[in-house]
Amino acid sequence: MALTREQMAQRVARELQDGYYVNLGIGIPTLVANYIPKGMTVMLQSENGLLGMGPFPTEAELDADLINAGKQTVTAITGASYFSSADSFAMIRGGHVDFTVLGAFEVDIEGNIASYMIPGKMVKGMGGAMDLVAGAANIIVTMTHASKHGESKLLTRCSLPLTGAGCIKKVVTDLAYVEIREGKFWLKERAPGVSVDEIVRLTEGKMVIPDVVPEMEF
Amino acid sequence: MAGFDKVVKNYDEALAGLQDGMTVIAGGFGLCGIPEGLIAQIRKMGTRDLTFVSNNCGVDDFGLGVLLAGKQIRKMVSSYVGENKLFEEQLLAGELEVELVPQGTLAEKMRAGGAGIPAFFTATGYGTLVGEGKEVREFDGRHYIMERSIVGDFAIVKAWKGDRYGNLVYRNTARNFNPMAATAGKITVVEVEEIVEPGELDPNEIHTPGIYVNRLIQGSFEKRIERRTLRAD
Repeated sequence: MALTREQMAQRVARELQDGYYVNLGIGIPTLVANYIPKGMTVMLQSENGLLGMGPFPTEAELDADLINAGKQTVTAITGASYFSSADSFAMIRGGHVDFTVLGAFEVDIEGNIASYMIPGKMVKGMGGAMDLVAGAANIIVTMTHASKHGESKLLTRCSLPLTGAGCIKKVVTDLAYVEIREGKFWLKERAPGVSVDEIVRLTEGKMVIPDVVPEMEF
Repeated sequence: MAGFDKVVKNYDEALAGLQDGMTVIAGGFGLCGIPEGLIAQIRKMGTRDLTFVSNNCGVDDFGLGVLLAGKQIRKMVSSYVGENKLFEEQLLAGELEVELVPQGTLAEKMRAGGAGIPAFFTATGYGTLVGEGKEVREFDGRHYIMERSIVGDFAIVKAWKGDRYGNLVYRNTARNFNPMAATAGKITVVEVEEIVEPGELDPNEIHTPGIYVNRLIQGSFEKRIERRTLRAD
């Protein structure tokens, strides 16, 4: 079975380490916050200017002056800090954020990522995504392996305009955990019950398959 | 308005001198921390062909979106737009121009503009459409593109508290682009929730020193929430 969105988030969360400063993108990446391993403390950065983002507020806690990068109302944990957008992106572009999780439309074997623009559709903008992929050393992309029509999103060359060039090294899809280096995808793990053949069929870019591909456990 | 007293009497005075075709830098992220009364005043003035430098363009009936209704904006310089129908209509009709800028680059363009730095190099956007046509330099084996800074004819800013000298304090994530915007206007106009006397704000905790501020006005704010999200318990 392909992973659910929750399971994808759960798999990504296993890459977290105690004491990490973490930026989570919109969509599946946001769910990673629900699976922080017990006994581990991470601090969430929201690029509009908050380090130490907490859960959504109760009615009583609701505050129009406290939102996340997705413009949702949030809370701040004890020990949080607020800062300007310039400071926020100094953290991101200066490489101070330990771990970044982003969604994408496509990735390719050179580590390129396309995530913000589909030509012909209304272009809304890249927000902070270009800064995040250019600034973070440790990025995980999480997305479905193929479109609903079975078209691969793991490509030889991204077909959509890039968000960043040569910056992605790890991808968690609904079918597999894949690393990118030396101009190839490297299949590391597969979703429970998903065959290597199916992953190969739905991967357009060149992929290295080891003799044994362990199943993820949940 | 004597000496360092930046407080103006009314909104007409706050935005006196704003003319057609000018560039306005606006603080705010989404609908959070936007100078609501100053935007309403620009709507009332009917100033046209404005270029707005702002992370977003509001929604149809709130924030900078209200200026779209009057077709007052000719160009937006933003990182994320299109939360409003009018925006899309005017863009497709060619009445509105958009320059998309990565969020960190936008913040840095304002910061550099305010600090007298005409341009800077950043890795953000290298190898993408954003980098096309821009000068590329290699530093320590990595590629960077040159981005120009931005200075506005006006900057419109929202802060929480300000004293008469224009020293400002922002609240929570309503700070966002406001401190950079405040530095980057030839004329910086600030709308605050509360004006206090000099000395009431702790000098250790001033976010924007008054030197950047030309005009200060106390507003009343709706503080509309764009995505009200609550947890169950």
